[in-house]
Amino acid sequence: MTLIEDHPANPAAGDESRPIGYGRLQRKEDPRFVRGKGHYVDDIVLPGMLHGAILRAPVAHARLVSIDTSEALAHPHVHAVITGTDLQALGLAWAPTLSMDVQAVLVTDKVRFQGQEVAFVVADDRYAARDALELIRVEYEVLPPVMDARTALAADAPVIRDDLEGRTDNHIFDWEAGDAAETDAVFASADVVVSQEIVYPRVHPAPMETCGAVADFDAVDGRLTLYETTQAPHAHRTLFAMVAGIPEHKIRVVSPDIGGGFGNKVGIYPGYILAVVGSIVTGKPVKWVEDRSENLMSTSFARDYIMQGEIAATKDGTILGLRTTVLADHGAFNATAQPTKYPAGFFHIFTGSYDLKAAHCKVTGVYTNKAPGGVAYACSFRVTEAVYLVERMVDILAAKLGMDPAELRLKNFIKPEQFPYANKTGWEYDSGNYEPTMRLSMQMAGYDELRREQKEKRERGELMGIGISFFTETVGAGPRKHMDILGLGMNDGAELRVHPTGKAVVRISVQSQGQGHETTFAQIVAEELGIPPEDIDVVHGDTDQTPFGLGTYGSRSTPVSGGAVALVARKVREKAKFIAAAMLETRPEDLEWEKGRWFVKGDPSVGKTIAEIAMGAHGTVALPEGIDGNLDAEVTYDPPNLTFPFGAYICVVDIDPGTGRVVVRRFIAVDDCGTRINPMIIEGQVHGGLTDGVGMALMEIIEFDKEGNCLGGSFMDYLIPTAMEVPDWETGYTVTPSPHHPIGAKGIGESATVGSPPAIVNAVVDALAPYGITHMDMPCTPARVWEAMQGRPRPPI
Amino acid sequence: MQIPAPFDYARASTVDNALALLERHGPESRILAGGHSLLPMMKLRLARPEWLIDINDLFELDFIVRGADAQGADTLRIGALTRHTTLLESDQVHALFPIITDAEKVIADPIVRNRGTIGGSLCQADPAEDLSTVCEVLGAVAVIRGSGGERLLSMAEFHRGPYETAVAHNEILCELRFAVRARTGSAYEKVERRVGDWAVAAAGASVTLAADGTIEAATIGLTAVGQTGTVGAAADALLGQLPTEALFIEAGRLASVACDPIADQRGPVDYKRHLADELTRRVLRRATERAHASATSTATQEG
Ligand SMILES: Cc1cc2nc3c(=O)[nH]c(=O)nc-3n(C[C@H](O)[C@H](O)[C@H](O)COP(=O)(O)OP(=O)(O)OC[C@H]3O[C@@H](n4cnc5c(N)ncnc54)[C@H](O)[C@@H]3O)c2cc1C
Repeated sequence: MTLIEDHPANPAAGDESRPIGYGRLQRKEDPRFVRGKGHYVDDIVLPGMLHGAILRAPVAHARLVSIDTSEALAHPHVHAVITGTDLQALGLAWAPTLSMDVQAVLVTDKVRFQGQEVAFVVADDRYAARDALELIRVEYEVLPPVMDARTALAADAPVIRDDLEGRTDNHIFDWEAGDAAETDAVFASADVVVSQEIVYPRVHPAPMETCGAVADFDAVDGRLTLYETTQAPHAHRTLFAMVAGIPEHKIRVVSPDIGGGFGNKVGIYPGYILAVVGSIVTGKPVKWVEDRSENLMSTSFARDYIMQGEIAATKDGTILGLRTTVLADHGAFNATAQPTKYPAGFFHIFTGSYDLKAAHCKVTGVYTNKAPGGVAYACSFRVTEAVYLVERMVDILAAKLGMDPAELRLKNFIKPEQFPYANKTGWEYDSGNYEPTMRLSMQMAGYDELRREQKEKRERGELMGIGISFFTETVGAGPRKHMDILGLGMNDGAELRVHPTGKAVVRISVQSQGQGHETTFAQIVAEELGIPPEDIDVVHGDTDQTPFGLGTYGSRSTPVSGGAVALVARKVREKAKFIAAAMLETRPEDLEWEKGRWFVKGDPSVGKTIAEIAMGAHGTVALPEGIDGNLDAEVTYDPPNLTFPFGAYICVVDIDPGTGRVVVRRFIAVDDCGTRINPMIIEGQVHGGLTDGVGMALMEIIEFDKEGNCLGGSFMDYLIPTAMEVPDWETGYTVTPSPHHPIGAKGIGESATVGSPPAIVNAVVDALAPYGITHMDMPCTPARVWEAMQGRPRPPI
Repeated sequence: MQIPAPFDYARASTVDNALALLERHGPESRILAGGHSLLPMMKLRLARPEWLIDINDLFELDFIVRGADAQGADTLRIGALTRHTTLLESDQVHALFPIITDAEKVIADPIVRNRGTIGGSLCQADPAEDLSTVCEVLGAVAVIRGSGGERLLSMAEFHRGPYETAVAHNEILCELRFAVRARTGSAYEKVERRVGDWAVAAAGASVTLAADGTIEAATIGLTAVGQTGTVGAAADALLGQLPTEALFIEAGRLASVACDPIADQRGPVDYKRHLADELTRRVLRRATERAHASATSTATQEG
């Protein structure tokens, strides 16, 4: 295990019992959640509030011939019916996406996916709004849909985006990383090359709370208050100002309690814009909350990558190179949320945890008649797809070489002395020490014993599989010199005020959807100032109350905002030193810090606590020159690099040979996210992500039929795992701090979602080895496993 | 939130009152039992009853009673409003008809089971519904009441096809009757993609052994694979034979041939046929074991 002692800058990290600062602390937000007192968008009720509902397209691809709203308007409880034509008149029929494309707010010309927004009804209550939807008469001319990314670029494929000038095909982008020629050369010289098509099917984040908004436009002072299910309130405010033409200082975006985001709540959905338009048109606040089917069918999906992978190695198992070509299905509008420079997100981190000689990837994005979105479901901007690819390819190589997959990984890891490590596709990994983490997971699993058990079971015809995944995550976007979203640098601000009595409030620019920000960020301040976390309020999610920043997604809160909070606390601590010196009538350089207190060097009995200093600052102490009368500070943090958490996961499955049913018997997860602020919250994040992984590996998929009907539009069709499908998680950790992060912390929010699917699929494939199987695609449902056992595994799309 | 079309609601106080309400409000009125099939369909606006006649106060329909029927035969009577959970937790049901307990364990989740009823399940007649198969396998008799009085129907008469039963709009299913047989065992097994999901396929069987250990009676039922009624051919192959693995294999084969599944997200046709085969073998094995156990305990009691 890497010990924190290696990094004396953070002596407290890793100590799990510390009362003030880091350690296991019950979540400050939980009392309100466990008592049912959370306050979500749908709990907001404003005087005179009306309710909106969206009419959605029943087909995937169709020309809009006519739309008749007269009957709906005649409904006694309806206030307004808004169509694409109405929006056109306001210049709001199309809105920019986060990927420099445009998306229809309401259909004006053509329906491009099933469930697309066609009209918006505003009524007295949500019942009437729904009833009125049935009174709108729409005539469609149905067109053949493009449902298979593989044929989207065929010469005879219908052109989906004929709204874009000069567009004659469904091609969105080609994007490459790495050196193709160098990679080809490495492959040409390799003893062994294996290739495999690997599909990461379309899945959905499916947060417990669906998306919604309450818009309140005050026509008198031109002020818009918008309560939204958003993971990025500040970015939304700026975009609303840019799109709707409402001046930014007149917009307040509030993101109250959010019931799960997972990337689903990063983008701006037509529903949010329609709530605003509805409020402007009716002069009343308008609430719009989508239902489950709307959420599953129209909001941001994840994955949908068809990857052709190839790995090259020597006979003795030294991995030389990796290359892949990817077909990326982006749906009808390119609305993925990612740093502008990277149309395939961070997929090019696909070299994983291995020291390769060369690597190259090429990603082609295409339009299809499916819902837009694409970077969601806790994916760290497509590190999920990258890790899945490399971790499957390494297992396929191990099978080919007849090597144990753990041994193959251990042999090829980037070595600790190679960090900071520059990989072949342009990343600089900040820190890592992979072998101890891998060994710990093997020790916790009893790896050798498991292999023995498997051997015995195989002899009896029982199917047991052991799957390993070793992942390196890439989180904390990001340095402003490399990363922006629509021109907004990916930095975060923090403001800290210590009140006269020594209680504090820290205002942060990121927003919690369940991650525990109110606890973690209080602990960071507590660690730096030595006041109890209970005495620190964390304010977030309201643009009127918090400094600018880009929000919570891609596991960026602790790497970016956590850095900001640590630095702002240090700034306050520095300021406190000057005030303490004035109070003690000594020089600042004669003072020494111990947690919570400045004291005179050599005379520890003489000192001032933060509370005393705060009272002094706001009181009558004669302040030194240049120090004003408060104990406040603010910073905006620009991280120098991303952080690279990692982990070793081992999964044990049993498969019923008669039915193909997979049971995850054990799952060992050893994570390294650097400094551990609150181990309990970390474990919670890991448990959630592992459960997500079971879902994706075994059951989740948004399928479509040939006509373009979405087959995953309800929780009866789109399955997510329950407590019954998951084992007792066995978690462990190592600590390799980030060298550049102010407190050595890395992100943890998505590690388990990224790392677990390959471990589970690797276990399933391992169990099926007696059938000669080396790959099967997710989801490993009983039917699909059985088909693989019959020797005909099938890609899911 | 999914929102149903407008509807009215009445709460019945007795079976007669419920029947009167159904008459009064006409064909667009529907009985509401546990609501776990009807309400989801209403929220998706696939069902649009104008009136709901709530029978949840009809405690007289919530019972499990063993006794002699009119002909003096040992019978277990289960009221239509008996909840899944009650069935699952009943020791009496488990002792007499373990197939019911087997099935209840895999129907939906505790929240659904706390509300959903056996009557609602049978009247919904979803092709993937588990208790219909169970009732077919056990040769249950349905007791239906209308304004004209009571009628008794066999399961073959009761089921008219997917989502269709012989219960008329102005009638109520009141109870189900199960004949208790000695030396009998039964079992149910289902393959689902996830706990709480409807069956990919399921099979149920009941086996009665003669004193000489041969199979005196057997029924096999299948769920979600397009099988109407029990699988006669497979059961016939077992009659008069000593239960052996070879026999079960043959029965499984016959079941897989007899059924007529369709491909959907739960699986392709060949997989579902395979499951009909595999699960038939499994439930026959388990039902036979249980019949042996029951025969032994009967013998002990008699001895
Ligand atoms: C998430 C979920 C998962 C499920 N999974 C399964 C499963 O795996 N297997 C399974 O078998 N079932 C499953 N079900 C269905 C569940 O068992 C329902 O409870 C059952 O199908 C219907 O019973 P109910 O009492 O809720 O009926 P209701 O929904 O109240 O009624 C269903 C229909 O029957 C009629 N009806 C009800 N009672 C009577 C009566 N006494 N006389 C005449 N008509 C009547 C109603 O008018 C209605 O048309 C699931 C349900 C849900 C919501």
